Amino acid sequence: MPRIVKDWLGEHVELPADLTAVRLAEALVKVGLEEEEIHPAAVTGPLVVGRVLELTPEPQKNGKTINWCRVDVGPEHNDAEGARGIVCGAHNFAVGDLVVVSLPGTVLPGGFAIAARKTYGHVSDGMICSVRELGTGEDHDGILVLTRAGFDAADLTPGQDAIALLGLGDEVLEINVTPDRGYAFSYRGVAREYAHSTGARFTDRGLAENLTTPPPAATADGFAVQVDDAAPIHGVAGCDRFVTRIVRGIDPAAPTPDWMKRRLEGSGMRAISLAVDVTNYVMLDLGQPLHAYDLARVAAPIVVRRATAGERLTTLDDADRALDPQDLLITDSPAGAGSRVLGLAGVMGGASSEVSATTTDVLVEAAHFDPITVARTARRHRLPSEAAKRFERGVDPRLAAVAAQRVVDLLVELGGGTADPAVGDLDSTSPAAPIRLDASLPTRLVGVDYSREQVVGTLEQIGCTVDGADETLVVTPPSWRPDLTEPATLVEEVVRIQGYDQIPSTLPAARGGRGLTPEQRIRRSVARSLAEAGLVEVLSYPFVSTADLDALGLPADDVRRATLRLANPLADDKPLLRADLLVALLDTARRNVSRGLTDVAVFEIGQVTRPVAGAPAAPSLPVGERPSDAELDALAAAVPAQPRHVAGVLAGAAEPAGWWGRGRAADWADALDAARLVAERVGVEVTVGPDTTTMPWHPGRCAALALPDGTVVGHAGELHPKVVERLSLPARSAAFELDLSALVAATTGEPVTAAPVSAFPAAKEDFAFVVDAGVPAADVHAAVVAGAGPLLEEARLFDVFTGEQVGEGKKSLAYSVRLRAADRTLSADDVRAVRDGVVTAAADRVGAVLRG
Amino acid sequence: MSTPENGPDPLDVAALDDAVAAALADVAAAGDLDALKAVRTQHTGDKSPLALANRAIGALPGPDKAAAGKNIGPRRGQVAKALAARAAELEAERDERVLVTEAVDVTLPTSRRPVGARHPIELVQERIADFFVGLGWEIADGPEVEAEWFNFDALNFAPDHPARQMQDTFYVEGQGGEPSNLVLRTHTSPVQARSLIERGVPLYIACPGKVFRTDALDATHTPVFHQVEGLAVDKGLTMANLVGTLDAFARAMFGPEARTRLRPSFFPFTEPSAEMDLWFPQKKGGPGWIEWGGCGMVNPNVLRAAGVDPEEYSGFAFGMGIERTLMLRHSISDMHDIVEGDVRFSTQFGTEI
Repeated sequence: MPRIVKDWLGEHVELPADLTAVRLAEALVKVGLEEEEIHPAAVTGPLVVGRVLELTPEPQKNGKTINWCRVDVGPEHNDAEGARGIVCGAHNFAVGDLVVVSLPGTVLPGGFAIAARKTYGHVSDGMICSVRELGTGEDHDGILVLTRAGFDAADLTPGQDAIALLGLGDEVLEINVTPDRGYAFSYRGVAREYAHSTGARFTDRGLAENLTTPPPAATADGFAVQVDDAAPIHGVAGCDRFVTRIVRGIDPAAPTPDWMKRRLEGSGMRAISLAVDVTNYVMLDLGQPLHAYDLARVAAPIVVRRATAGERLTTLDDADRALDPQDLLITDSPAGAGSRVLGLAGVMGGASSEVSATTTDVLVEAAHFDPITVARTARRHRLPSEAAKRFERGVDPRLAAVAAQRVVDLLVELGGGTADPAVGDLDSTSPAAPIRLDASLPTRLVGVDYSREQVVGTLEQIGCTVDGADETLVVTPPSWRPDLTEPATLVEEVVRIQGYDQIPSTLPAARGGRGLTPEQRIRRSVARSLAEAGLVEVLSYPFVSTADLDALGLPADDVRRATLRLANPLADDKPLLRADLLVALLDTARRNVSRGLTDVAVFEIGQVTRPVAGAPAAPSLPVGERPSDAELDALAAAVPAQPRHVAGVLAGAAEPAGWWGRGRAADWADALDAARLVAERVGVEVTVGPDTTTMPWHPGRCAALALPDGTVVGHAGELHPKVVERLSLPARSAAFELDLSALVAATTGEPVTAAPVSAFPAAKEDFAFVVDAGVPAADVHAAVVAGAGPLLEEARLFDVFTGEQVGEGKKSLAYSVRLRAADRTLSADDVRAVRDGVVTAAADRVGAVLRG
Repeated sequence: MSTPENGPDPLDVAALDDAVAAALADVAAAGDLDALKAVRTQHTGDKSPLALANRAIGALPGPDKAAAGKNIGPRRGQVAKALAARAAELEAERDERVLVTEAVDVTLPTSRRPVGARHPIELVQERIADFFVGLGWEIADGPEVEAEWFNFDALNFAPDHPARQMQDTFYVEGQGGEPSNLVLRTHTSPVQARSLIERGVPLYIACPGKVFRTDALDATHTPVFHQVEGLAVDKGLTMANLVGTLDAFARAMFGPEARTRLRPSFFPFTEPSAEMDLWFPQKKGGPGWIEWGGCGMVNPNVLRAAGVDPEEYSGFAFGMGIERTLMLRHSISDMHDIVEGDVRFSTQFGTEI
């Protein structure tokens, strides 16, 4: 994102002399350019101008010669004898030269802290700096002698602050430009916004009339360019403007001046060579990406065309790339029109036509390319270049000639070249379409009373042309604002420039809602109940691996293996989307155990993904149009089912040991009880039966929970010992998982019909039945309930007993039964009748024998 | 004179008074409930002087019977009353003694049953839902694996728009090398589009939920996080209504001092768009503004994509991160704590937030 060097910005807009990066950020954020970061100053501490008073070369044993210098660094810093002693290894300076001295306490770029140190038999009390040490350039020639770097000796005094002198003390603001504001990827654009925010005077250096040399009109002998786009995307030609300029006779050795290097580097761009630096400089300045070709290596005509299958290009980053037929190319014609690829239009040039250390004649390209074409190519080749960033956000199509002129001017001035009179300008751009804006729309949409004059004035301020005498304004956006396409975008400009802080705060009255949906209320109730039952809610990532599914021992055809796969997973080893919760929740439980929390009970409620095999891909449908009902059906069919599940894992102690006695380990029954609690809170009756096959559960200790119609909605029980072992969980850990959505769907939503509560006394009866060991307790319970009849209020199994007394292969189940009538006190005959009924039913249904 | 066999003469008032006096003295002298029991037998039992005297009334001639009854009845009552009073005294003394010996150490731990907790991310979402339900809005849910059209196109993110590339999207692999055109939703905003299409207008909904971006987990980022999205579409809604809603929401979450500030920004699905800052009195290093979310007036293209006429209806939308809200409210500095599922984290929050 753009970095703002203050003095560069000041060439476009008047800035207060004491403007800090913080205050600049405050001004820009008001109009929508957010601070990304403030980069600290390159140099801090006492960096001063010094005059070399004495210089004594001292040869050393290692063959080097050092210079022992006395340097005047101003009365404030000099020692009693009016100078400081400094050892220096460089030799490109002499007595009398004005240099830059970093005194002890200075911190140079890269965190290089200067201190007095003993070296070569002297105390060196500071350092005489080179360009490289100051971070202002790559000059290897040695010490920076200020008069040779363009400073006038008359302006320099020993002791003077060199940080301000060299512009090294500026913090640099980096801003964040939103995708709609491509024009703000330039000093021109940022300056404009600063002016909008503060009212400071702005000069638009992107307009021809503000140039010292206005760009000339195209000439017949301009470098030949053809645009031959056989495959426009969305019907938009890939290139609608192509300006060429030629500068001849540039000195290939001409250096980039330090001020330009400093500005480029301050803006986050590396200096390379004069021709390249100048194009980058103008791009940063105005926002127009530019390219400089070695004229000798380009064969006319240049052809802008799409790539053909099989074409390749080695780009400036030395990558050899296979081109795609949608890539827009700049080509030249050494062996027929468009026969050689020079570069990816608007993205990156190729190596073959690059300006080099011997280039004297330069061909300058300033073009305008289709944002979508550039965006796709940049994405396809993973080349988010500075040019591509600007083109895909939209570059001002009127800017090309002005920017090219700036490049020409700089190459002439700095490189000693001559502007060639041949000018090419292929221009098929069209002016922005006018927008009809109801002048009252900003007021209606924002809730602030904007007058017609305010609306018109604001739009004109941002560069729009506004016509229309009545309430309907006809607004033509400026060429640099391709994002202004409809009335709402103009409303944003009005409120943005007038100030978001003017908007009042008015809570709207909604139409009255129905509260939470039954499902939302049930979900809360389930979660709260599980928490109150001692389980802790956690949230797991839905990303899982095949190994995770293997760890659960899921068979190959298990529905939970039919997962969706991510095309770009964050971790290559977890590319699948969970089809159940336990697969990830068990890992969460394991993590707790591994952290020493060995008694752990966790639960999670979340969506799982259950893709339908062979489901169609979702249709691609356009922006800004309501899909037809058939298209909406197709979208619905493509999105997989994502039921909400609830799952829990219980490991270690369910009840802790303490002064009250021994604790109790969590087991299958705790898991099943939690699952039953869920069903109870949902308000659905579930039946429980053994399940001997479903993983990851123990085949003898797993219950399937089913709806009254037989649909299995989940499982609960002890985990399979192999699973427990693989996941390093405590022995006998238990788990449950239920399809909460299916449970909720099974609710009727009908209010409970309340049974009256009888105040008549209860009668209690106990029964102990002996049955075959294989008879499920639920069957015995059902027999007791059936036999007891309507007087039964509650039947509770209070003991299960096996042993010699009841005999081999038998078990004893003891029930406590509470009876009550709604309308009377029960008689002894009533109770006797119930007792007989229970005994008979138990005998008939499950072969139970009443114990004596 | 009285004898054990005969007792005092029922007409001998002095003898009767002696018996009463003896009884009262013995009652007063009884030191515990066992002694009192013996006293009771001695002075009110069948063989006690007053009982014997009472029994002797039957043998008296008629005119004397009434006088004897009047002599004995109140005196027996007097003794019974004294017995009862002394019994109550002694019982109270005994109870006090026994209860003292039954004292326990109430500082012993009582956590015989583990206590669970809700995850604070869920609790914050519920609290947010309650706020909006209180305003008369409804809470909408939607799928996490979402069609690209709902996640992007319906919200005016064109396929080649840079904003679409900036979302760091997880894409779902398709069948047989073809794209599925499914993504993990990058925001809760697709619920906007779904709700507009399914419920129509006017519409006031909030959608809390899980969203996904390809950010690696670190102290401030997580690939799976939560947002709440708000959407109101009605006739005549303005940006002032957006500000009013945000201010009320901020106060509900962060207390009466909270307020919001808008800064111009860009989102494809809103126009005008704004970043929203929250005035946060508890900010580290002193009160100040912090980023809380994004918002704006619903882009006409979003309304059109849902078949709503933007000439007739306007609306506003906003969204903010639940994790950020939670971290701010509860001074949480490391995202790992929120996502790792360590029970020690959730347990701090209990079941309300």
